[in-house]
Amino acid sequence: MRRVLLWLPLALFAALFGLVALGLFKPADRTVRSAMVDKPLPEFALPAMLPTKPGVARTSFGGGKPRLINVFASWCVPCIAEAPELMKLKAAGVPIDGVAINDTPEAIQKFLDRNGDPYERIGNDKASQVQIALGSSGVPETFLIDGRGRIVRQYVSNLQSDQVDDILKTWRGMR
Amino acid sequence: MTIVFALLIAAPALAQKAPLADTQLSDPAQEAQAKALMETIRCVECQGQAIADSNADIAGNMRSLIRERIKAGESPEQVRAWLIQRYGDYISYDPPLGGATWPLWAAPFVLLVIGIAIARSSFRRKR
Amino acid sequence: MIAEGGLAALWLAAVMAVLQLVVASSAVIGGRAEMARAVRPVAIAQGLLTALAMLCLILVFVQSDMSVLLVAENSHSLKPMMYKIAGAWGNHEGSMLLWVTILGLAGGAVAIFERRLDSRTLNATIGAQALIAMGFYAFLLFASNPFARLFPSPPDGNGLNPLLQDPGLAFHPPTLYVGYVGISVAFSFAVGALVTRDVGPAFARAMRPWVLGAWIFLTIGITAGSYWAYYELGWGGWWFWDPVENASLMPWLAATALLHSVSVLATRDGLRAWTIMLAVVAFSMSMIGTFLVRSGILTSVHAFAVDPKRGAFLLALLAIYIGGALALFAARIGTVRQGNTFALVSREGALVVNNLLLSVILGIVLIGTLYPLAAAGWGVQLSVGKPFFDKTVGPVALALVVFIAIGPLLRWRRDEIQALLKRMTWPVAASCAALIVLVPFAWGVGFLPLAALVLAAGLAVASVAPLWGRNLRRTPLFTWGMVVAHLGVAVSLTGMASDSAFTKETLAVLRQGETRAVGPYLVTMTGIRPVVGPNWSAIAADLSIRRGEGGAPFILSPESRFFASPTTTTSESAIATRLDGQLYTVLGQPDGKGGWQVRLWWKPFVTLIWLGGGLIGLGGALSFLGRIRRRKRAVYDEYEEAVA
Repeated sequence: MRRVLLWLPLALFAALFGLVALGLFKPADRTVRSAMVDKPLPEFALPAMLPTKPGVARTSFGGGKPRLINVFASWCVPCIAEAPELMKLKAAGVPIDGVAINDTPEAIQKFLDRNGDPYERIGNDKASQVQIALGSSGVPETFLIDGRGRIVRQYVSNLQSDQVDDILKTWRGMR
Repeated sequence: MTIVFALLIAAPALAQKAPLADTQLSDPAQEAQAKALMETIRCVECQGQAIADSNADIAGNMRSLIRERIKAGESPEQVRAWLIQRYGDYISYDPPLGGATWPLWAAPFVLLVIGIAIARSSFRRKR
Repeated sequence: MIAEGGLAALWLAAVMAVLQLVVASSAVIGGRAEMARAVRPVAIAQGLLTALAMLCLILVFVQSDMSVLLVAENSHSLKPMMYKIAGAWGNHEGSMLLWVTILGLAGGAVAIFERRLDSRTLNATIGAQALIAMGFYAFLLFASNPFARLFPSPPDGNGLNPLLQDPGLAFHPPTLYVGYVGISVAFSFAVGALVTRDVGPAFARAMRPWVLGAWIFLTIGITAGSYWAYYELGWGGWWFWDPVENASLMPWLAATALLHSVSVLATRDGLRAWTIMLAVVAFSMSMIGTFLVRSGILTSVHAFAVDPKRGAFLLALLAIYIGGALALFAARIGTVRQGNTFALVSREGALVVNNLLLSVILGIVLIGTLYPLAAAGWGVQLSVGKPFFDKTVGPVALALVVFIAIGPLLRWRRDEIQALLKRMTWPVAASCAALIVLVPFAWGVGFLPLAALVLAAGLAVASVAPLWGRNLRRTPLFTWGMVVAHLGVAVSLTGMASDSAFTKETLAVLRQGETRAVGPYLVTMTGIRPVVGPNWSAIAADLSIRRGEGGAPFILSPESRFFASPTTTTSESAIATRLDGQLYTVLGQPDGKGGWQVRLWWKPFVTLIWLGGGLIGLGGALSFLGRIRRRKRAVYDEYEEAVA
């Protein structure tokens, strides 16, 4: 019995080694994902960012129509890279609502003039309260909300073209 | 160097930040509760820090949210549960006891038992 | 040319390491006496050659030789001289070279100074040391050459991470590394003893000063690192239970346990297998620590110079050395004679409990640090931090404090509970007094800080108790060392508990002339001004501070610094240290309306944390001197006997 126990430290070390090797060769995804996916969209109401567009509220979702929420900011560089993809979605008829983080109307207007305006509504989320309520950890992030007002998908960071295809497919399927 | 000085003045000002990110609650007991909670909430952007110790914007906004909710009368554990509902267990440095964490919480007791078993062999048996 | 010289020295050192292994093993296994004579000189040569390589690296950094890749990537010609020198180890390759240098020098030191150990065990030890060194030479030469050239060379370098441009960098990593790597000597001793099956009191007495030496550096390195993070990160925290911090704490815990078990082995010939195990574990923890820090597989605030690709190489070395030593342990330790067993109520009994509790803390820290990694393996994201460690390590550490108090008051071999209780009268009285004093104004600060303060008072009295009724002049130095180190624990604990229980925080936006209070102080903003440094520019706030309305004012100037290469902003806290605590001030952002964000903390007795750490290190140093002196005398006595 004692003889076997003497090998225990080596066995424990082997387990430790395996764990660390796994961490090294298959690094875990460090993206913090929202735990709100597959859950109903929480209650919220954001004031309008621009005089020309309405704000965004919980009540605008559901009612049988799937929509996108795009969390973005004028000061965010990947958001510029994402703009053309959003314009593609707009062109395909997908309704998109913007949630602008830590921003000002002037900066947003300038951003839209320069990069295109895919948004039907833009809410002013000055203190990230809606961003946090959605479980979003940065900008840009995109949420797909189904016709019953449930969050179906979360896309972290700027949308890639294959993600755009995925959104289009899911969105068409839901209609 | 004056250019840098000018740049600094023009840097994003506090005005854009969430109201209670760096403003304490007037009730010291509530502020202490909020502060203690902030020390246990992990920043989602700069992942190695608690939001109490982070300069990231979203950490400031989370601090503000925590202060607002505590001020409105929620308990720290309610706020924590609300955040866990949003971000999963990741957000809390205090891992909630559950299916994935019970081995972690059991570890100290297991170690103590193993330790005592090993240490016993060093002691003289009573005859 | 200096870079090539350094590389050549490194290659030669590697060759010496191979030679050292060959010579040492043929002396041990083949029993060839002429080989045995060559072991020491070869080990010394290896140490000197690595030191030469390190010196060359420092020289190219001092000269800002941008044709060396490492310099171009991590240095800048405008950087102050101190950071050019320290910059040599403020990066991956340089820090690994420093690691190997200390390893080589430690091996050389063993070859020069170790005269007590049985010569076969000594040769086996030096051979084991060579084996470790070889792996790290291979790592440097094949995977992280610090002397690689860059062509064409850039006009200037990228600069050093501004958070690292601090006197702390000059001091903290080398100290910690001496500790980390110094523990390798204990590991090699253990391997040597396993090879020759010579585990006994004489072996323990030979090993003790080496463990002690490494432990002193670990203690000071951790203490300094904690203070550095405290004033540099600018949030007033001194310990974050961050993976990198835990990586430095784990070897310290193992080394502390080892230090005490080695005493039991030396004095009472007990804990044989356990001591060998701890020596292996202690160095394993420093290798795992180095690996965790260098590979970046865990997210940390202190992760600098991280490189996951090289992690694989380090991991392989780790597997070979630790796995090999543990296999040797399992195969051999059964053939080593069992050590003595003890009575429960005795000095050695308390030391066993101390070892048990330290090991449990070590296990908790290890599991807590790696658990998120394991959870990620089965697809769960979770975080383990301060609340977990407070709840689990906290109570065990407090139990440990009780045994630190009891241990030195017990006699070796056998003691009576009654007698112990009698000796504990004054410490218990001190704890009760602390409780009575604290309860009125510390009620509600939480159980842990209150219990810590109460126990610290008892420990402070108990730790000096071994000096009562003794002739202080004739008390051996190592007894003084124990007293000072244990007192240091009480002091440090008081600081920690006081900081967490009594800290006052004020966050404010101040315009010129506005005043806010924090703790006993009144802080007035008197102005904002630009400051120009050698490679940075800054905004400084002048805060005029008085203690109470009538206090004499003094100025603190926290800064917000901009570094151009690489572009970063850091906040430089300004701290006023008083006998009863520290006032900690940080400058934040402007509010755009003429006000500036400031963060103010009054931290009563916070300095005791590091003062206590210093005392623990000082205790170690006194003990070390005491052992060395006694050792010299013993060698002299043996010589006298031989002559007679």
